[in-house]
Amino acid sequence: MQKILIANRGEIALRIIKTCKEMDIETIAIYSDADSEMPFVKEATKAVRIGEAPVNKSYLRADLILEIAIQEKVDAIHPGYGFLSENAAFAAQVIEQGIKFIGPSPKTIELMGDKIVSRNTMMNAGVPVVPGSSLGVVNEEEACELAKTIGYPVMLKASGGGGGIGMIRCEDEQSLIKSFTSTKTRAKNYFGSDEVFIEKCIENGRHIEVQVFGDNYGNIVHMFERDCSVQRRNQKVIEESPSPFLSAETKEKMFETAILAAKSVNYINAGTIEFIVDEEENFYFLEMNTRLQVEHPVTESITGLDLVEWQILVARGEKLPLLQPEIKRNGHAIEFRLYAEDPVTFLPSPGKITSIEWPITINARIDSGYESGQVVTPFYDPMIAKCIVFGENRTETLLNAQAFFEKFNLEGIKTNAALFQEILKDEDFKKGNYTTAFLSTKK
Amino acid sequence: MKEITASMAGTVFNILVSQGDNIELSQQVLVLESMKMEIPVESTFSGKVMEVKVNIGDFVNEGDVLVVIE
Repeated sequence: MQKILIANRGEIALRIIKTCKEMDIETIAIYSDADSEMPFVKEATKAVRIGEAPVNKSYLRADLILEIAIQEKVDAIHPGYGFLSENAAFAAQVIEQGIKFIGPSPKTIELMGDKIVSRNTMMNAGVPVVPGSSLGVVNEEEACELAKTIGYPVMLKASGGGGGIGMIRCEDEQSLIKSFTSTKTRAKNYFGSDEVFIEKCIENGRHIEVQVFGDNYGNIVHMFERDCSVQRRNQKVIEESPSPFLSAETKEKMFETAILAAKSVNYINAGTIEFIVDEEENFYFLEMNTRLQVEHPVTESITGLDLVEWQILVARGEKLPLLQPEIKRNGHAIEFRLYAEDPVTFLPSPGKITSIEWPITINARIDSGYESGQVVTPFYDPMIAKCIVFGENRTETLLNAQAFFEKFNLEGIKTNAALFQEILKDEDFKKGNYTTAFLSTKK
Repeated sequence: MKEITASMAGTVFNILVSQGDNIELSQQVLVLESMKMEIPVESTFSGKVMEVKVNIGDFVNEGDVLVVIE
């Protein structure tokens, strides 16, 4: 593998370039008109313009990406996260061209991409899933009937959804009826399918996921958990490992279950099994992400492994570099997703970053997509950077994080950095006492 | 004549009113999508919709006129 095309942008493109450089692999970046000045464009061995700024004219253009890949004679395509990373048709087209797709097989992507099919697959494998529908819910009457049997509140979700998009909590029959049609329409617009389903809403739940990795020889390992309960709009803001909430016993059970889940689909490459955990530490499968996760640096920080390197090795046909007993964890890591948004209303705040000052410290890793003087455009995700802070234990990590955000400064646009400072002072957060409702109840 | 303008740049995700509608103050008139988020736009006036200046899928900049109210 001499040359990899990165079908992504921003911090994750840079992250992949970094490992490729260490492995002496050339990189081809693609960029839209909005991104021509971005650091990942300059850092890649070569960068090719793909189109205008909107995603459907640039980063979602599978046909153009393939054309560039063929023209540049790349050996593999790394899709990053988001965009085409979980698009089974794209993965299949890449493979048809004799190019390696750095990720699982198109069949696995398809299976896990349909949330109803993935629920059923996991149920059959003996993995606990949230009580809910095993088929799509066709109309309001059927939805209300089903919701009555499982009990309110329920989550109404798009079958083609994921990543927190296309789901809504319904308190009662009235709100279910109110949301039904709009959720279907939204599902159609975003995911191309208007199929929706219902799950019981797990109250005071924690969102905890397990990183897994598989190779072509049937080896599957886990790389421990990440607690991603601090969310806004069902999207992650802070992730940490180890989870401050789970008992050691439950963790072990979740690792075993994650491996069972991955084995049931003969999983290859990096993947994440997401669980929702209730107050009694009962856990249920939510979804599987068949790609590298945004928060993978948390796992890298506590294991000392390079997950992108593993992805490339596996895609190259090699065995996993380490087996389960050789994978160790050390210390504690917390990732803060720095978003261009108002820290109170969470509304987006695009604009020009006039200056960024990153604190100089050995206790933090910064995966940033931007530099001073650059513009955060309204076309893409509002994430500016990921700040991963670590320490010997959680207490030390929290202190390091406080020191980090005291020194951090960004001018020009609004960011959620002020929110992190508040969270780090919060008694409940300090005690590890938080659920997915943490941010909405603190406001 | 009054104008409802975009409070931030984004794509028009949904339009909830049409020409001739009588709308109230704070009524949702359309939804913008910016940075993977849906942002409802509420009317800052009450009155009759004279013209909807945008179509679903259009990209608008901050300050662009979305809807004209009589």
